[in-house]
Parts: sequence; C-alpha cells; structure tokens
Amino acid sequence: MDNRIQIVAIFATALQFAVVFELVRRRRLMERYALLWMLSAAIMLGLSIWRGALEELAQLIGIAYAPSALFVIAFGFVLLLLLHFSLAISRLADENKLLAQRVGLLQQRVDELNTEAAPELEPAGRRS
Amino acid sequence: MPRNLAIVPAYNEQGAIGATVLDIREHAPDFDVLVVDDGSTDDTAALARAAGASVLVLPFNLGIGGAVQAGYKYALERDYDVAVQVDGDGQHDARNIGDLLAYLHTHPELGLVTGSRFIDGEEELGYRSSATRRLGIRFFARVLSTIVGRRVTDPTSGFRMVRRRGIELFARDYPHDYPEVEAVLLLHFHKLKGAEVPVRMRPRTTGVSSINASRSIYYMVKVLLAIFVGLLRARPVVEAGDPAPVAAQQTL
Repeated sequence: MDNRIQIVAIFATALQFAVVFELVRRRRLMERYALLWMLSAAIMLGLSIWRGALEELAQLIGIAYAPSALFVIAFGFVLLLLLHFSLAISRLADENKLLAQRVGLLQQRVDELNTEAAPELEPAGRRS
Repeated sequence: MPRNLAIVPAYNEQGAIGATVLDIREHAPDFDVLVVDDGSTDDTAALARAAGASVLVLPFNLGIGGAVQAGYKYALERDYDVAVQVDGDGQHDARNIGDLLAYLHTHPELGLVTGSRFIDGEEELGYRSSATRRLGIRFFARVLSTIVGRRVTDPTSGFRMVRRRGIELFARDYPHDYPEVEAVLLLHFHKLKGAEVPVRMRPRTTGVSSINASRSIYYMVKVLLAIFVGLLRARPVVEAGDPAPVAAQQTL
C-alpha cells in the first residue's frame, strides 16, 4: 500500500474518533448514539494501521487495491449509521405522538374538572 | 346501561363540525360525542364545544391515525362499551349509527361493524367518488377480502363501530397515516369478526379531504406495504405484559 494513503487514512479516522469522543465528553452527543461512531472509527483506524489485515481482507473479498476495501467498510458503516438514525427518528415520532395524545387527554380532563368546580367560569386552557 | 361513544376526528372543520355534532346528538342520542381536534388552527374546538360535544384538543396535528387513537384511549379510560368513528366533515350520516349498533347487538359474535357505501352491488349509495378512487377502492376491497376471508366492499370506510375489545386494541396500537385498511386487518389478526352494513354517505360540503388525487399512488403503495408487512409481522400489536412498543432506550 502506498504510504501516503495510509497516513491520510490514519489521520482521518483518528480525527473522527477524537471529534466523536470530544462531543461525548461535552455532553453534546449521547453515549448511545456515539457507540456506533466510535466503533466505526476504531475499526477503520485499526485497519489503517495494521496493513497486513487490510491486505488480507481485500484479497478475501476480491479487491485488488487494498485501500479500496477501506472505502467499502466505511460505506457499510455509513449505511448502518443512517439506518440507526431512521430507527431513532421513528421511535421519536412514536414517542411524540404518545405525548401529544396524553397532553390532549389531560387537557380535556382539566377542562372538565374546571367546569365541574366552577361551571360559570370558562374552562382553563381553552383556546380561541 | 351500556355506554357508547362517538369519536369524531376533525382537522380545520369549522364549517361542518357543529352540524356533525348536532346530527349525532339528534339521531344517536344514546351516544356521547367526543370531538378530537387534531391541531386545528380554526374554531373547530370552540364550535364543537358549543354544539355540546366533549373536545380533546391535540397540541399539534398528528394526522387522522393519531387523532382517532387518542379518541380510543379516551374511550378506554372512561370505560365505554362501544365506540363508533364518525368523520368530522359530515360525510357520515348519523342516522346510520343506529343501524350499526342494532346490527352489532343482533350479532354478538361480531367485534367490528363497518358502514359500507358499496354493499348493494356496485352502485354507490349517496354519491360517487372519482374513477381513480373507485378503482383503488375496488383493488383494496379485493386484497382485503382475500386476506380476511369475508367480503369487504368498502375498505376505505372510516365509519366503523367496535366493542370493548376493539377499543382496547386500537388504544394500544393504531396505524399511522391512512389507517382504514390497516385497522380492518389489525382486528382480523386478533380474531375479531367483522361485517359491513350499508350506509349512505354525503358528499363533503366544506373543507378538504385528506386524500387528494396526487396522493392516491402514494396511498396505494404505502397501504400495500403496510398490508404485507402486517401479514409477516410475528405479533400485530402489543398485548398486555409484552415489552413496551415505544422505549427510549432501544437503539440499533
């Protein structure tokens, strides 16, 4: 493998690892979302440093130019991360719906209780 | 005395909601009326209240599925025995609610009764919808009939009455965007028998339908996906004691 591409790969993956780690340290990124990022950086970094493993892996899946295998692996991780986010968004949408329904039910109950307690008053929280 | 609830989802229906509520109160007096205001920006909630309905105001627009499910949650919490879903735009004739209820009472084996526009042959009662819509409806009628093993003539009808068990299931799990077809399937997977009763539907007089022509294709693809994923799902909805369907901790 060309030395330059190895240096670039090591530098890029190390940077990725450092940025993610720093974001977690500052509590900007939750651990549960950082794990996949760190795992991908760690594996890419390992393969960048350990040339033998990368060459062997490339040969195993039939890639002539070993650094291309890094791209394949990186692409796999990108897909995995995107799927991860789609799942997270679906879950958030679900939670959001549950909360909205609960707020509606509680609001209705509050209006009802207010009307029972003081029928002459307008229900609180009533919107124009 | 059995307690009955009419769930009326409404999104910006200030032109029709008052008449709809009064219609139900007049023609189906043994039903309490709950209007679910799905984040309307007009006076839907106030007009529904003025007409004598209980109103559940959602903080933002959830779409028809989320709004109707909120209604079923209300029905579950207040121990209603029967819940019927009536569109807020006045398309469903409240005089048919009594027909649905009578049919449910004379057929104790049923868990679901749907009002159908098409049951008397191919001719639509009341009004005709566009050709593409009729084609789509016929297509889903064919698919759904095959799966549930009974004749379904109006798969997109939202005029639906369920008993207690149906209320429980819908409160726990309800399809998201265009729920009519999926809701029928969901009950079928839980071994609730359904039937159709002929009803007359009125053309919409105000407001805008949630399904327009350009969305029809998207609608068909989405519902087809939902049907086939539903068929392959190990367990269609969550039963009591199962892991929570929504949990903050789950990740890939």
